[in-house]
Amino acid sequence: MSDFPYYSVLALLAVLIVAPALPGIANRTKSALTGRRGAPVLQLYRDLARLWRKGVVYSQTTTAIFRLGPIVLLAATLLAAALLPLDGRRALLSFPGDLVAFAGLLGLGRFGMALAAMDTGSSFEGMGASREVTVASFAEPALFLCFIVLVLATGRLDLTGMYGLPLHDAWPVAAPSLVLAAGSLFIVTLAETCRVPVDDPLTHLELTMIHEVMVLDHSGPDLALILYAGAVKMALFAALVAGVLLPRASQPPGVAIAALLLGLVVVAVAIGVVESVTSRLRMNRVPQLLIAASALAGFALILLLR
Amino acid sequence: MQPIHDVLLLLVVLTNFWVLGTTRLSATIRATAVQGVLLAGLPIALYPGFEPHILGLSIGTFAVKALLLPYLLSRAIREAAVRREIEPLIGFAPSLLLGAVAVALAFSIAPRLPLPGLQTQMLVPVSLSTVVIGLLVLTTRKKAVTQVVGYLILENGIFVFGLSQVQRVPFLVEVGVLLDIFVGVFIMGIVVFHINREFDSLDSARLTELRD
Repeated sequence: MSDFPYYSVLALLAVLIVAPALPGIANRTKSALTGRRGAPVLQLYRDLARLWRKGVVYSQTTTAIFRLGPIVLLAATLLAAALLPLDGRRALLSFPGDLVAFAGLLGLGRFGMALAAMDTGSSFEGMGASREVTVASFAEPALFLCFIVLVLATGRLDLTGMYGLPLHDAWPVAAPSLVLAAGSLFIVTLAETCRVPVDDPLTHLELTMIHEVMVLDHSGPDLALILYAGAVKMALFAALVAGVLLPRASQPPGVAIAALLLGLVVVAVAIGVVESVTSRLRMNRVPQLLIAASALAGFALILLLR
Repeated sequence: MQPIHDVLLLLVVLTNFWVLGTTRLSATIRATAVQGVLLAGLPIALYPGFEPHILGLSIGTFAVKALLLPYLLSRAIREAAVRREIEPLIGFAPSLLLGAVAVALAFSIAPRLPLPGLQTQMLVPVSLSTVVIGLLVLTTRKKAVTQVVGYLILENGIFVFGLSQVQRVPFLVEVGVLLDIFVGVFIMGIVVFHINREFDSLDSARLTELRD
């Protein structure tokens, strides 16, 4: 096969390897800005290695759903990663309308985790699942509005086209819309990756946790799968934001992959900066933030339709 | 690339959303100050060439809308010691959505209003949506200071509309309008102060309790 997408595979592998460093970079930025030394950037790799060697404890009230949750989450996230054109040229899997599949796969992963959380029978985890799904139900319209902006700007219905060469042609005519969509995507990124204005990954009080409380009962390799899937998800959303702002389909493949990794690091630093300068929103204010993100994307859409 | 005046007009709409989405009174005042700076830049961006008429309008706008009025308003909230808009008649998320609808309507109606000598297609929709959002803030928020901010946004919308005809409107009229707003906000500042002193609150809904 002569046109095997070597570079797509290479980019995907690079992203999968780099992903666990991103939360570390965000946390390191946060500690630097607040005058602390902070955990090493590569801390998550060590955590994953440690968790992988440990045993698993399953509660007697749980069923197979609980054990399937992390696997479904990681599988759905990796499949979603295969849908993104990470090298800027083409994705491993691409078909018209794959943007819906992308959002759907991430939703499936979340669904698996919510079911696993409810399977434990713990009221805290049920509460966490309910909050996570609430936040997601406000984040998803904003994500789809951003995708619609990209579809209209590029005239393509697949992620490969939306983030490929047509995006280059769209920039000169639709720059304000694309910048607004990138801003909206960034807010969605904060919500989907459970970072500060929406959720606090460092909190240790069950009542205030959203994502963390949902995975409280998972241990050992299961928890490692969840943490790794979370890091990959962060990398995917960072790639969505960076892909809009840094269209790289016309670069040579090596440069495009390097630009992608640079973009991921920049988005992670931006997340760290946002976490340092904002406080966490009250739960009832979170929908307002995400509706503001939808309004931004809607405004971008209006500008395109004009 | 986009011309600079279109970018300024876009930012004006974003400051409108900022006012709609925030609860802190100081943030709404900051948003109007930013909007004042953007409006001060608009005449120069629309009519490059540094005519004294345009420059005077720009400097006057900057002095009144970006410096003087925000200063007066922030002094008012400092003296009245209010920080937040607590319970607007229409909540923050619905008013954001209404604002988005207003922008959509303005952009869909604007092409049907052909005006002679328009510099950019953005001018009319941005001014219409700014007027509507100003009206929305003016009517749905309860704190007197936010209502003043709504009035300012409404007037900013009219200002943007007036920019399309700036070469036909004499400078004197523009200056008169700026002076009017200044006096208006000045009077409202006094009213705000008195509401606060009478009721220990800036809630204008409590004005219905006025009796002997």
